[in-house]
Amino acid sequence: MADAGFRADASRETVVLAGLATAALACAVVYMTLGVRGGWDFVLPFRGFKLTAMVVVAVAIAFSTVIFQTVTQNRILTPAIMGFDSLYAAIQTALVFFLGSRELAGIDPNLRFTGEAALMVVFSVALFRWLLSEHGRSIHLLVLSGVVCGVLFRSLASLLQRVLDPNEFSALQDLLFASFNSIDVGLLGVTSVVVVVSCCRLLSIHRTLDVLSLGRDAAIGLGVPHKHMVTQLLFLVAVLVSASTALVGPIAFFGLLVANLAYIAVGHRHRAALAAAALIAIIVVVGGQTVLEHVLKLDSVLGVVIEFIGGIVFILLLMRGAYR
Amino acid sequence: MPAGIVLALIALSGASILVGVGQIDIAAVLAGRADPDSLRLLLVSRIPRTFAIILSGMAIAVAAVIMQMLFRNRFIEPTTSGTVEAASLGLVVVAILAPGLPILAKMITAASVALVATFLFLRLVERIPARSSLLVPLAGLMLGGVIQAVTVFLALRFDLLQSVATWTNGDFSGVLRGRYELLWVGFALAAAAYFIADRFTVAGMGESFATNLGLDHRRIVATGLVIVSLVTSASVVTVGTVPFLGLIVANLGSLLMGDNLRRTLPWIAVCGAVFLLACDLAGRLIRYPYEIPVGTVVGVLGSAIFLMLLLRREARLG
Amino acid sequence: MIEVRNVTKAYGNTAVVADVSLDLPHPGLTVIVGPNGAGKSTLLSIMARLSPADSGSVRIGGMDVATARSDALARRVAILKQDNVMSARLTVRDLVGFGRFPHNRGRPTPVDRDRVAASIAFLNLGGLEHRFLDELSGGQRQRAFMAMVLCQDTDYLLLDEPLNSLDMRHAVETMRLLRRAVDELGKSVTVVLHDINFAAGYADRIVAMKAGRVVFDGAPGDFMSAAVLSGIYDMEIAVHRIGDRRIGMFER
Repeated sequence: MADAGFRADASRETVVLAGLATAALACAVVYMTLGVRGGWDFVLPFRGFKLTAMVVVAVAIAFSTVIFQTVTQNRILTPAIMGFDSLYAAIQTALVFFLGSRELAGIDPNLRFTGEAALMVVFSVALFRWLLSEHGRSIHLLVLSGVVCGVLFRSLASLLQRVLDPNEFSALQDLLFASFNSIDVGLLGVTSVVVVVSCCRLLSIHRTLDVLSLGRDAAIGLGVPHKHMVTQLLFLVAVLVSASTALVGPIAFFGLLVANLAYIAVGHRHRAALAAAALIAIIVVVGGQTVLEHVLKLDSVLGVVIEFIGGIVFILLLMRGAYR
Repeated sequence: MPAGIVLALIALSGASILVGVGQIDIAAVLAGRADPDSLRLLLVSRIPRTFAIILSGMAIAVAAVIMQMLFRNRFIEPTTSGTVEAASLGLVVVAILAPGLPILAKMITAASVALVATFLFLRLVERIPARSSLLVPLAGLMLGGVIQAVTVFLALRFDLLQSVATWTNGDFSGVLRGRYELLWVGFALAAAAYFIADRFTVAGMGESFATNLGLDHRRIVATGLVIVSLVTSASVVTVGTVPFLGLIVANLGSLLMGDNLRRTLPWIAVCGAVFLLACDLAGRLIRYPYEIPVGTVVGVLGSAIFLMLLLRREARLG
Repeated sequence: MIEVRNVTKAYGNTAVVADVSLDLPHPGLTVIVGPNGAGKSTLLSIMARLSPADSGSVRIGGMDVATARSDALARRVAILKQDNVMSARLTVRDLVGFGRFPHNRGRPTPVDRDRVAASIAFLNLGGLEHRFLDELSGGQRQRAFMAMVLCQDTDYLLLDEPLNSLDMRHAVETMRLLRRAVDELGKSVTVVLHDINFAAGYADRIVAMKAGRVVFDGAPGDFMSAAVLSGIYDMEIAVHRIGDRRIGMFER
């Protein structure tokens, strides 16, 4: 009898995931084919690269957010809200600051990304291990400190840029920071490898992740080496955030939106939740970009629209008491 | 401590007048035999700039104190409640619909939008369950983000990103005579707030407390929010946003001198001016002869201090 | 056997647990009592490796909890803390199923399913197994967590105030259940309780703590005396004999 209930759940999951997968695929196909004029040899690689980048970003953000929420035991924290991506931006700027832009421009972008991501991992794991261990008991404090950390990193980055080259401030900003409109396609190779590897690792431990979502004490009680696990997960989150920030820059509320939609769609079991979050992310990014670019003829606003909707979702979640 | 602060104010004002690319021989100026170029530099740029910093520093600090009292939350100020973002949204709307409006009208429009947003935030705060003091600023920062998204969207559509950037990052380098006088309005409002400071103190004790003393709580709140919106808009339209300034100064003031506004408000205002002067000077000196906008300097210092305040608070409670 | 040796833990300058040494026999039902802030929960957390001791050691069944593998320990000892809030939305059955994780690493076998069903039945959660935890009352949720810990099927059970938010009937049933686990299944159960009468009614052994130290360690019969109780709680407590039981009563 109990088994029947479990199976009903599982089949519902399958149906929802299949539906999401179909929708994501449809979005991709429409994005590739809508309004194509002129030669396919040009359109295919151009849109193909962009599509791949969007998918990589979507998956990276979805996975990193769900995992981060499991580690911190709540549904409104995301790596972006906690300033992870601002930290990455600050590291990028600091590297230019200390090494010089010419030297950096000479380095292979993939190598540069690897170096930046490594620094990012070291800093963020140290910082958030400290925040989580010292102040993790008060989730509100954790969130607010994270948000303020984000402002600090952003201000630091912009301070360093100003000091670096006051005249070329905006040029530097374009050069340093990618966005949805200027996806850094040169990094597609290394970032997709990194994202695929990290996500496979996360999917392979989905059962342990389920136990972690019971909270620290219960997880330790059930034999999960909590500290070790959290460090490993923060490591993977930092890697994923580095990849997505390097490709399209910071997008604060995106992860929040897709993770919570995924919980509503399939619940909290990680295997399903991770898959659903990734698919929803792909639908939102690719579908959103298609609609905005080709239907509404509004270029370059996807990031803003996501911020707007995501911010409202955040406030609604706060008011519904989902901050625990 | 008050004497020290006043000394700091005088010293930093002097430094602010003297520091810059053009050299000013202050002895000559005081002796009344300065060359006309020096004198013009002084009167058109340096002195207005220094005044602008002092005025906005004071006004922002007072606005923050009033907000903290009304929201009964130490971490609320115009940049953690959507007020500033709403003011710059108002400015974008004016720039699109009626770019020819005089600056005072622009400011008042911005202030009305800011007022609406702040009232909205107040309603929102009332509906947040389990009133945690830390959730309130969080909701405010997020509301600010949402409003900011609307602003950026409009700016992208109407090619106004450049203007939005000047409103969002505080910068005194553009201050000249004739372009900062609106700040006197802000200062006057802050001074007016001082005369009803007692009421804000009482309002800060809560609605039932205020009612018990025979005060109309709603009217105090409304008055306070109008003052805050006008002050915020005046500083956003002339110098841009200065993040966390009021929050930090108000917290330091409360820590050192307590919460009787009648006594502390003037000193908090002076602290605001001193802090802003110091940050502006730092911004001018770090990459001399180039300038780093004061908003960026305060962004770094302010968020670092905010973070310390947060974690310290936890240490004290824990 | 649980061997606690010279365990000390301080937060800042205040020692919460000060040089505590205990030998808790196996099997047996030990109840830890004491006023608020005595260090009971902290001691239990240290015993369950949830927080590290500043000095001293705890061995459970011969394994040092500070150094043994966490997953190996999870098959020997189970812990239930007081505040079990979680963000994930789980059904009772899901939760209880997690108790089998140390044994199956998340891949349930038919044996695991039987154990889950048995635990659910054991705690009278039959009709509730497909309800979400956030739809339950506090007492029902508490029982769901108890079921999970039982399902873990360990020799040692550590429970921090398990009677919180239980009504009288469920509190008595819980204590009877723990008694049966000791008498019939040969388990070793250590419980933190506040109610001295519950403690005396069911325990084999009572440990009383005060200001981080053990101030009483012995049989319930010796514990239930006005002198001992008044010393522990700093208030007048009279002990009356009703039938064959001794009942402690506070002065009005």
